[in-house]
Parts: sequence; C-alpha cells; structure tokens
Amino acid sequence: MSASSELEIAGRVVELVRRLAGPDAQAEAVVTRTDLALTRFANSFIHQNVAESGVTVRLRVHVDGRTASGGGSLVDPDGLRALVERTLTAARLCPVDPAWPGLTAPSPVPPGTAPDEATGHADPDERAARVRAFVDAAEGLETAGFCRTSYRSGAFANSAGHSAQGRSAEAAMDGIARTGGSDGVARLCADRLADLDGAVLGARAAAKARAAADPVELPPGRYEVVLEPAAVADLLQNLAWYGFNGKRYAERQSFAELGAAQFDPAVSLVDDPLHSSTLPYDLEGTGRGPLTLVDAGVTRAVVHDRRSGAQAGTGSTGHGMPGAATFGPIPHNLRLLPAPTGDGATDGATHAGTRGNDPTDRLPAVAGGVTGAVADPDTAELVAGMERGLLVSDFWYTRVLDPKSLVITGLTRNGVWLVEDGVPTRAVRDFRFTESYPRALGPGAVRGLGRRSVRQPDRMDGSWWDAPPLRLAAWNFTGGASG
Amino acid sequence: MSEFDAAGAAVQAALDAGARYADVRVMHRRYESMSARNGDIEELAQDESIGLGVRALVGSGWGFHAVPDLSDAAARDAGRRAARIAAASARVPGPPIDLVAAEPTVASWSSGCDVDPLGVALSDKGDLLVRATGTMREHGADLAEGLYQIWDTAKWFVSSEGHRIDQRIRECGGGISATSIGAGETQRRSYPSYRGQYGTTGWELVTSLDLVGHAARIAEESRELLTAPECPAGETDLILGGEQLALQIHESVGHAIELDRILGWEAAFAGTSWLDLAQLGSLRYGSELMNVTIDPTIPGALGSFGFDDEGSPAVKRDAVREGRWVGVLAGRDSAAVAGLGYGGSVRADGWARLPMVRMTNVGLEPGPHTLDEIIAATDDGVLMDVNRSWSIDDKRLNFQFGCEVGWEVRNGRRGRMLRNPTYTGIGPLFWRSMDMLSSEIVPWGTPNCGKGQPGQIGHTGHPSAPARFRNVRVGVRA
Repeated sequence: MSASSELEIAGRVVELVRRLAGPDAQAEAVVTRTDLALTRFANSFIHQNVAESGVTVRLRVHVDGRTASGGGSLVDPDGLRALVERTLTAARLCPVDPAWPGLTAPSPVPPGTAPDEATGHADPDERAARVRAFVDAAEGLETAGFCRTSYRSGAFANSAGHSAQGRSAEAAMDGIARTGGSDGVARLCADRLADLDGAVLGARAAAKARAAADPVELPPGRYEVVLEPAAVADLLQNLAWYGFNGKRYAERQSFAELGAAQFDPAVSLVDDPLHSSTLPYDLEGTGRGPLTLVDAGVTRAVVHDRRSGAQAGTGSTGHGMPGAATFGPIPHNLRLLPAPTGDGATDGATHAGTRGNDPTDRLPAVAGGVTGAVADPDTAELVAGMERGLLVSDFWYTRVLDPKSLVITGLTRNGVWLVEDGVPTRAVRDFRFTESYPRALGPGAVRGLGRRSVRQPDRMDGSWWDAPPLRLAAWNFTGGASG
Repeated sequence: MSEFDAAGAAVQAALDAGARYADVRVMHRRYESMSARNGDIEELAQDESIGLGVRALVGSGWGFHAVPDLSDAAARDAGRRAARIAAASARVPGPPIDLVAAEPTVASWSSGCDVDPLGVALSDKGDLLVRATGTMREHGADLAEGLYQIWDTAKWFVSSEGHRIDQRIRECGGGISATSIGAGETQRRSYPSYRGQYGTTGWELVTSLDLVGHAARIAEESRELLTAPECPAGETDLILGGEQLALQIHESVGHAIELDRILGWEAAFAGTSWLDLAQLGSLRYGSELMNVTIDPTIPGALGSFGFDDEGSPAVKRDAVREGRWVGVLAGRDSAAVAGLGYGGSVRADGWARLPMVRMTNVGLEPGPHTLDEIIAATDDGVLMDVNRSWSIDDKRLNFQFGCEVGWEVRNGRRGRMLRNPTYTGIGPLFWRSMDMLSSEIVPWGTPNCGKGQPGQIGHTGHPSAPARFRNVRVGVRA
C-alpha cells in the first residue's frame, strides 16, 4: 500500500460519513500502515522472532453536537462502511458534547524527515546479525535483549478539507549482559538500523556487567547521584505523563506552574518529535514540531490536543493521541538538552526541531573499548567531580505514589556503583527509592549535565527519551532491594 | 474462505516452507469502552480487528508473522514468512526445542454470558456512568470518573498436529473513582477496585456492582482522606483487603511462577524470577495457610478459557500447596525445556502477537476466618485496601505497594482512617508471615497485565480474600 492509497482510504471514510450522515457531519479519519519486526534473544540465543503487518483506521465523528470514535483493521468497502455506520450509531446515542473543539482547519504540516527505507524493510537476517554481534561481543557472558525495526506510513483527512501524510522508520536495540547475577545494559534508538552496532552495544553491556560483580549492600539514605541516560529516561517519561499533560494540568493534578522556576537552571526540556523520523502530524491532523516545556529551569508549557487546548485557550500543540480524551495529551519525544559544548553550542541548539546535517552528530556517546562501570567521557566527567555518591545505570518499575507532587517509588537496575573521590570503588546492590521527581530536579539540585545525548527507546516505537547523563545533589533511597 | 480454511492454508504454507511444526490463530475481536467524568460522557470508543498470526518452528528456531487479511494468498504468504523468520533465528541458535505432547483436539468452547454486553443499549450504559459520576460530584469529588470495557473475542486455532478449536470469550467490567485535590496532593477512592472489576461474563457483572449505590460513599471517603493522618512508619501487623491481596498475588506469586521468566527468557525486559526449578516441590514459599492454584476453569473469572492459545485444554493445577512451591505456569516449549509434562498457560493479546506464558486465574484458596474475625484478633496494626501503586524488583522479591486507604486497628477494632498507606517487603518472607486468612474469596480480574516485546496486555484472574501478615514495614515516605 502506498502513501497515496492511505490518503485515499482516509478520504473515502470521510466521504462515507458525509453520505450517510449529511453535509453537516464532521469527521476525521487516520489510516496507518505499520510494519513492525522484533528479534528477541535470551540466554544468548534468539528465542523469539516476530513480524507484523497491519493497517488501522481510526474515525472520529461529530454529528448533531455528539461525538464518538471508532477503529478497525478492515479496509475493504464492507469493513469501512461497517466502521462508519457503527460510529455514527454510537454518536447518535451519546449525550451532547458542548466541549467539542471542532476540526483542524486546512493548515500546513511539516514534511517530516524522509524515512530510511532500508530500515523499514530490513529482513530478519539483518536483525539477527546484530544480535549475533551483541552476543559475540559479550565474550561468553549470558545476554538478552532485542533488535527492533519499524515502519509507518499514514495519512489523515477530515471533512474540513485538511489532510496530511507521512512516513517514518525507526530502529532500536536494547540488551543486557549478565555475570553471576550482575547485569549491564546498553540501549539505543536510531532512525537507521545501520546506526546500530551490536558489537559496540554488546561490549558496553558486558563491561558494565563485569564491573557490577560482587556488589555490596549500602544503607539507605539520601545520596548524591550520577544518572546515566537510561535512568534519566525514566525521569523524562514520568514528567511527561503526569506533569506536562495539559488535561492533568487543567485539573490541578500536575505539579506544573507556568512561568515558575520549578527546575534547576541547567534543566531545559523540549518535546521534539521531528528530531527523528516520525509521522509529522498527530491523531487530529495537527502538525508536530518542537515545543519548549522547560526553559533554563522555568516551566513554560504543557502539551495539548484540540480539546484540552481549546479549554486552555492556547490551541493544540500537536499532541492528539488515542486515549487523550480520558488520560490527557502526553509528550512522547522529550529531550533533556545537554550542557553546552566547548564552542558554546549545545546539541539541542543544533538539532531542536530539525534533523542535523551530519547524522553522526546525533550518534550517541556509545563507544567501544569500554572496560569498567563508566562507559563514556560525559559520565566520566560527572563522576570525577563527585566526592561520595552513586553511579546509577537504570531505573525499574517506577510507579507514582502521588501524581501531583510526582512522588515515585521504584528500584535501580543494571548496575549501581559507589563513587568515592571521583572514582567508582565498589559495585552496590540494587536500591529501592521513593523520590519526588520535580524536587530532585529542582533549583540548586543539578550539579552537572553531560554534553551529548543518547536517545533511549520506549516500549513503543515512535516514542523515545533523549538525554545526557545527569548529576543530582540527592536521591532518596529508602531501602536495599534484598530486604 | 472460512477462518479455519485460512488458518489451514497458513499452516500448510509454513510446513511447505520447511517448518516442522506450525500453528495459526485467527482472531476477531470487538472492543467497546466508555468513560464518563463529572456527570458527562467523556469518550465512547469502539474497535473491531480481524487477522491471523502464524507461528512456525524451523529446526529449533521460532518465527511468527501476522497479517490482517484472511484471503488464501495472504494466509499462505504469512505462513511462508513465518518459516523464513524462523530460519533466520538459526543465526543465533540455542538448545534444541521440543514441545510437550498434546492430543490433537477438535472442539468448541464459549464463556458464560447471561446478558450480551454489546447488546445492551449504549444509552443505558451511558446513563449508568453519568449517574454514578454525577452522584460522586454531588458528594464532593473534584474529579468523578467511571469506565466500562467490553471485549468480545472469537478465535480459531489450527495446528500441524491436528488441532482445530474455536472459542468465543466475552469479557467485561467496569468501575468508578473519586479524586479529591488538596493543596499539594491528591487523594482517590475507587470502587470496586483501582480499575474496576472484570470477568469472562456478561453485562450482569456490571449490574451486580451497583456503581451508583457506592458513589456517594467513595466521594466522601476521598475528601476525608485529604485530612486524615498519615499512615505511621514502622513495623506492624498488616491486614490486607482482598482486592489489594489480589495484586500482591499477581505480582509476587503469579509473575514469579511464570516458567519463561524462571528460564531467563524475559531477563532483559520483564525480568527473571527468584525461583529455581531445582527447588520445585520442596521450596517453602509461604505459611501453611498459603494454597495457590492455577485454575482457568473458574466460571466467570477473568483468566478463564476452554483452551489456551496452543490448544491445550484448561486444567486446574496447584502452584503452592500448604506453603510449598509445587507448580508453574508453562507453555509447551518452556515445559519441555524444563522437563515438565504440562503447558496450558500460553495466550496472545490479539492476532498480531505471539502467544507467551501468561497467568490464567492464579489465586488463593479460602482460609477459615472472616475479615471481622481477623480485625478482632489484632491488637495493633493497620488495615489497607484497594491498590494505588505497585512496584516490584526484576526477580519478584522486593516489593512496595501503596493503597488508597488505611485504617488503624487497635485492640480488635477498626479505628481512624489513614492516608498514603504503603507497605514493603520481600515476597517469601511476607508470605511466610501470613497467619490469618479469610474465607471471603472474590475472583478479582486484572485487565491490564503488561508483558512481552512487542508489548502485550493480558487479562488475568486472582481469587483472593482478606488476610493478616505479621511484622510488616509500613509508611515509607519520600
């Protein structure tokens, strides 16, 4: 199916709504074709290898002041007609929707970045080759993880005359190496499968696993920390879901206060979907682009779909998504901008909203030749400045205790080290923590920020979290994980 | 072309392409959900999806391919692709794969359903949520939310060993919640649980919940929580309500006994398990009061089915008997690797997902007491109920759970309401401390169990009742 045929299907759905419900009916249709493949390994062999080709059609109608949504996988004439008929029936039975924000008017949508077709159509042997390289690089340590490729081709059309099209491709690799109960991790998300080097990632995971062996137990308490990008990704994700969500903000369930200096001046957060290959429009057809949420510590914005944006009087920020009517709109491509480089520029300044001219600019600080807990120069510099604290690789199973103050509990995973006088001296057993994320990032709390970001994959393709390593004054560890 | 014909064509194509085993699931799922907020309908969504997924075994490598197309050509192409993907798995080979023996089965099965949930008028379902959320608002809730969900799934399963099984499973449920917002925090009360109650049943389940009848109470309790004293910190006796204990079973027993985790197949993502197969049959998991079964035959429970997604019939088994670990959740390949003789616990979230080891109904058998008797027998402790947050380590040992509400228990009586109650512990130590268990079993349904890559959402059931645990750490704070 070509991009034009997806637009054709979306147009056909909108036209069907007009025919069955009359010219006053409002409709928007999103058609997305997805090719997703994932090669998964554990115990150092491929134990799962899957591929899926699918098409989804999403329709929202607003008829006689009432709104309903429907979706399906059937794109033949009978399937589309059934979708339209049941969605119209549902709408007629719904109560009046006085907060209906209307449809996106014809407006420009950015073209987005041309996807890497080779990634979108990679065959299982290409993924298996990267797994082979990861396993070999671990030199006998047990390994587990995945290599994923995805391709999306989609179109949007509505009865107000607006339309949009786009394509995207993504690749991700995420793996651990294990030795005697200690794990090391390496993960990376990229626009091109060619940018994923299984050998480099495997060597890094193995080096960290070896450095994590024979951990000691430390008492709970507040420790200064250096968080590696995998751990920082968890901060970004929870801030995105619960803090920068426009609906939760309107309901006073978010910590966010626009215009307030809620974060350390070192913190600048940008939701920046077009920093990578992505569909350049949201579920409502609104064009996507960079949005600064925190600028040098000052909270500047939360994200909106059309409904929450209309209620806030700001309009949509291009964050319409399935479930937003209930849970609220959420940024899914959040970047913590790194520290300025020596020439005064930052990675963020170079790339905010645009693809860099040189793809290697955005390659992560993941290099070969790693031999210990500290795997890159950025982290090494942050660790070197720490008198006594912990180097944390990753967080695990974090859950919200209170959404407004964003107090979260969770555990460390995949390696923790005690740092003394700037040197990792001992591997440490995993901790449980209970911490308010905004407090941990608050004014005066950030003691250092790396200069290069590493894009971390989300569980779903199309979502990612881009961050450098981060040094914080304190993190509240409430107990050892073993008791 | 019938669903069975499409499945058969895909199986044959996979065999022709070199597979030594293949199976196919055709699935047709209709889904409907409605949510209301503050007395108005917030969202109504309906979805319908049909497709097939082919699983092929070439040598000792698995491959899986799924398409939303039941034509003969598409089905055959999917079978060939699954075999090709399986062949690529051989680039990083593992140990030989076998499947435990299975009888070729030709059968049909349907879950029980008195009132077709998709047949109930949308206006009636909407009125229920509007009334319930409106009542909560009238009684002081800042945010009053209500939700129902319905899944109606038809499956057709065909294997190269001669299986030919069709099933229809109807699931539904719902619930309400009230949130009160204070200066620096929020407090929420839900009924009947965090996301509601769900089962393999008809709309009669939702009707029986009497959501409107409980609306005023939970709204008032959510406001009361804003000014209630904090749960004290320290070690004390802990009484858990049945809904929270269901979550405790899910996280610290159900996931721990998944054989794919024990074998390390989920190591990178979901994690492993503290359990060692060498200790199966001998390990002390909990107190002698602890009897946990794996039972997909419970009528109406959310983890029930006739056959799993490998065609294995639903069979009740023991997981923990008198505190001793005796059974696992297994699939045909993982069971063979472990040298066990049974599978029966493999399911897929839709046609596009690979079947994997999943909880069915993993739950406690009843004890001899009632909740009132447990409270009466407790001199100093805390009663907690309804889950608010959940976190457990990757081996399923160290957990911390938060509940929506707690109450002091002093001298055998329930006292003041407590806010922000949490408790933490280590799974086997916690279960060994259980000294009183109620007979008031409810098969709680969990419709949101996440596992696997690509991600899958599983529906599981957890028969559970209130119980008491001695000397538990409570009241952990930021």
